[in-house]
Amino acid sequence: MAITTTRKRLVVSEATKPRLPSYVRLHHDAVRGAWALLSPEKVMWPDEISLDILRRCDGASSAGQIVTALAAEYDADPSMVHDDVMEFLQTWADRRLVIA
Amino acid sequence: MSAPGYPIGILAELTHRCPLQCPYCSNPAKLLKANTELDTQNWLRVFNEAADLGILQVHLSGGEPTLRPDLEEIVSALSARGVYTNLITAGVNVKQERIAALKDRGLDHVQLSVQGATPEVTELIGNMKGAHEKKLETARGVREAGLPLTLNAPIHRHNIHQVEDFINLALELDADRLEIANVQYYGWALINRTQLMPAWDDVMAQVDLVEAAREELRGRLLIDFVTPDYYAKFPKPCMGGWARDAFMITPDGTAMPCHAAHTIPHLVFDNVKDKHLAEIWDSSPAFEAYRGTDWMKEPCRSCDRREQDYGGCRCQAMAIAGDAAATDPACSLSPLHETMLTIAGQTQSKEAPADDFTYRRIGVNA
Repeated sequence: MAITTTRKRLVVSEATKPRLPSYVRLHHDAVRGAWALLSPEKVMWPDEISLDILRRCDGASSAGQIVTALAAEYDADPSMVHDDVMEFLQTWADRRLVIA
Repeated sequence: MSAPGYPIGILAELTHRCPLQCPYCSNPAKLLKANTELDTQNWLRVFNEAADLGILQVHLSGGEPTLRPDLEEIVSALSARGVYTNLITAGVNVKQERIAALKDRGLDHVQLSVQGATPEVTELIGNMKGAHEKKLETARGVREAGLPLTLNAPIHRHNIHQVEDFINLALELDADRLEIANVQYYGWALINRTQLMPAWDDVMAQVDLVEAAREELRGRLLIDFVTPDYYAKFPKPCMGGWARDAFMITPDGTAMPCHAAHTIPHLVFDNVKDKHLAEIWDSSPAFEAYRGTDWMKEPCRSCDRREQDYGGCRCQAMAIAGDAAATDPACSLSPLHETMLTIAGQTQSKEAPADDFTYRRIGVNA
């Protein structure tokens, strides 16, 4: 296929500073008492762990720092948290719900 | 039947007026005139009721929603309640100041329709000279204002060969998303089905192309693909299930489970001018008619997929089977599935001249 673009896929590394694009918003829904993630065509209901990651996608913290913070908070093995967080961020980046 | 959950989204058709005349328009064949449209105060009240009811997203559509001078006021009110606003526009004659003003009022996202990847096709479908250039200008204006952009390309026999061009156009215009949406045949599209239905080979080539492009562009461009019903194995979960988490409101305030629900003659609709939105959501006869799974007949009733696709599209069942409670004939388990394939086969094999459209105009089918 003849596709012409300079746009690059975000390949998430520890140095990546992820953030939510302008068209994605975390919103506390008072009616349901839950956090919703609002995007152009979809409303998603992230679980607690996903929310903990998404809240830290502030464009200032690196993925590595997010891993360290979450491992401390959950008192968990950083290497396991590392794999989960990296996989999560890459999946979301591929859906263009997380950018850097 | 258990009580309905809270609804998530509303498609609000603010007006049926539109500068384009696309022959597959999702508005009803009988279009509403300007003097029947809800006024500003009614829309603002309804959107407040919507936010109270748990609505998180409102798609501001038409017709052409920017023809409403109160669009800014509406966006402000929704934004103040934290509701995600998506403007669905044809993008012709929309001034740059207006786009910037909507952004300032809190607009979250713009979805721009593109009828063709070239001026010739755009003008043929929309029946408007110069529409293509105006659309490109609007797309650039949207990105200039710092707003995210989705391009929506409805696909049929006159542009199915342009799918690759639409992808490149989306990238060139710095869109975040592209919707390749095969036309669904009810309303105006049903009137023009012979002129619009693509050929089987073209549909198959399109599916391969979109799948390859999605893979190649993963993480670079999000491509949503609305597959063609007439060639499907299983039906789409229309609206995510009838009155399950989304509904729509017409320009005159009629609340409907989907934008073609008026084609089901026995349904009784409520109007937001007469009733609170919460009451309509809970107990409007039209919403109750096909909510959940209790209304289903076989083969849906005992099907494992009944809570995945909710029996498909009620309006398509009405159009093809003559019974809105029948299985959507798009489903391979429907006894009418062969009929649907035959219609597709007969329709697309005829040579349909391009200038034979019944263009969407107020009064044409009234």
